[in-house]
Amino acid sequence: MINGQPIISIRGLRKTYHAGEVDVHALRGVDLDVQTGEFVSVVGPSGSGKSTLFHIVGGLTPPTSGTIHIAGRDLLGMSEAERTELRKTSVGFVFQKYNLLPTLTARDNIEIARDIAHKNGPLDPEFLRMLKLLGIESRLDHKPRALSGGEQQRVAIARALVNRPAILLADEPTGNLDTENSNAVLGLLRDLNQRAGQTILMITHNPEAAGFGDRIVRMRDGHID
Amino acid sequence: MTNKLVLENLKHRPIRTLIGVVVIGIQVTLILTLVGLKEGTLSDQASRASGVGADIIVRPPSSSVVSMSASMDARIARKIDQQAGVKFSSGVLQQGTDLFNYVTGVDLPQFDKLNGGFRFVDGGPFQGPDDVIVDEFYAKQNKLHVGGTVNLLNRPWHVSGIYQPGMLTRVVVPLATLQDLTANTGKVSWVYVKLDDPSKTDQAVAQLRSVLKDYRIYSMEEFTSLFSVSRIPLLNGFIWVVIGLGVVVGFLAILLSMYTAVLERTREIGVLKALGASPAYILNILLREAAVVAIAGAIFGILLSFVTRFLIHDVVPASLIQAIVPLWWPIAAAIAVFGALLGALGPGLKAARQDAIEALAYD
Repeated sequence: MINGQPIISIRGLRKTYHAGEVDVHALRGVDLDVQTGEFVSVVGPSGSGKSTLFHIVGGLTPPTSGTIHIAGRDLLGMSEAERTELRKTSVGFVFQKYNLLPTLTARDNIEIARDIAHKNGPLDPEFLRMLKLLGIESRLDHKPRALSGGEQQRVAIARALVNRPAILLADEPTGNLDTENSNAVLGLLRDLNQRAGQTILMITHNPEAAGFGDRIVRMRDGHID
Repeated sequence: MTNKLVLENLKHRPIRTLIGVVVIGIQVTLILTLVGLKEGTLSDQASRASGVGADIIVRPPSSSVVSMSASMDARIARKIDQQAGVKFSSGVLQQGTDLFNYVTGVDLPQFDKLNGGFRFVDGGPFQGPDDVIVDEFYAKQNKLHVGGTVNLLNRPWHVSGIYQPGMLTRVVVPLATLQDLTANTGKVSWVYVKLDDPSKTDQAVAQLRSVLKDYRIYSMEEFTSLFSVSRIPLLNGFIWVVIGLGVVVGFLAILLSMYTAVLERTREIGVLKALGASPAYILNILLREAAVVAIAGAIFGILLSFVTRFLIHDVVPASLIQAIVPLWWPIAAAIAVFGALLGALGPGLKAARQDAIEALAYD
């Protein structure tokens, strides 16, 4: 599915946080290209900067310097509103703690993402096929508290993909799951990548999980090794 | 979808939602009860004034519609009787007994000519100078019965009769006794005038005004129309103070409720932001939640105002009359919604401005 067109292009990316009077250099010049349709695993110890990279690629926080293009759009200098638009249209998030809205059913958790993106009407057939692949069709009318961790994470994946984002960003998606559910979720991500050509950037501590990707990128001290 | 999220959020914390609804309901009831009391009391006064059966009312110079106790020389009635078209007139004296009640001194034989007299449900007219007659509401509120005693104006009175309400005040005593007791010998505070031909009331009023300069002379229609809240500036001011307090109470109730909701839902707000929700989208959710609570509170408050009316009618029927004033329902609801939106604005803006990464990391 890789077609040689970089969907994420990062050069000399730096991010400095100001914690009181101390400057924390989370990223110290990251260079990275991710091709469309690629499944990239980012691994590294705590404090290596992988979460910061995840947040910047997802438009949750602006970079301090460097260049970063996501689906052809330059993130440096983007306003908050433009980054909000990026999250709405181009990026889907999957988190370690699933982060489903507890008051809504699985179906409504998916629908709220569509509502935010101003999408109405019935779900398209392709997405319905994906729901089947995720195996949660029969669980859509349950609230998160009635779902297992694996089911919740699969709903979160469905929610992240319902607006057809160019990139799926997964932050330790199996961090709260047992081995069986971890393998199921990782297998699903690989299926989505291989069958639907979904570009995936996954952050993980787990070397086994990282092995599900096409490529492993290692980070240390704000750099890519 | 947003509405569904709003309702589910409110259902998720039913006690908090209920408290918000109840507090706002009380605020709305407070406004509606106060307005209802004023409207009811004034309308009752107007109704009891017209229930006397007179065509014209004469009041002392510099008296007002709602002031009862200003007095004038009782001999003015004789002068009024001499005017063309006047059938007869009857002077009464009114004196306040407490915050809400007045006693009227009446010359019964003369007063009875106006409308045939009081309709007694028990007992009858005064038999002596220390007798008193009371209406059914007053008797019920004070647990009085014919033959019993009631203390008024620092002295005991013998209850000789209980009459149907709808005329004068709720307590009536002999005119001469009240005049002596209140150092108003030879004085009255109202003169009720009966005309030979009620269709010529306007001419009679004009005639009386030309003869009795400076006196307040009203046709009964004109007089009853003057019983409105807008005619009493102090009352209006009081109502606005209560409305102001209502807004503050609604504001604080929703401020607290929404502030805790925003704290509790910090992570969810982060999730919505990660999904691409704009600050306006998040603010909109919280404002809608506040509006739903306020509207539910307003409906509850309106229903509660019927309960307060029932209680007031049951406990103090003689002192207070609460009317139901539907005109004020949308006004009270709008005040509640305004206060609630104002209260939700601060927490809503805090949520809208929340940093997505910090919010997602919140436990």
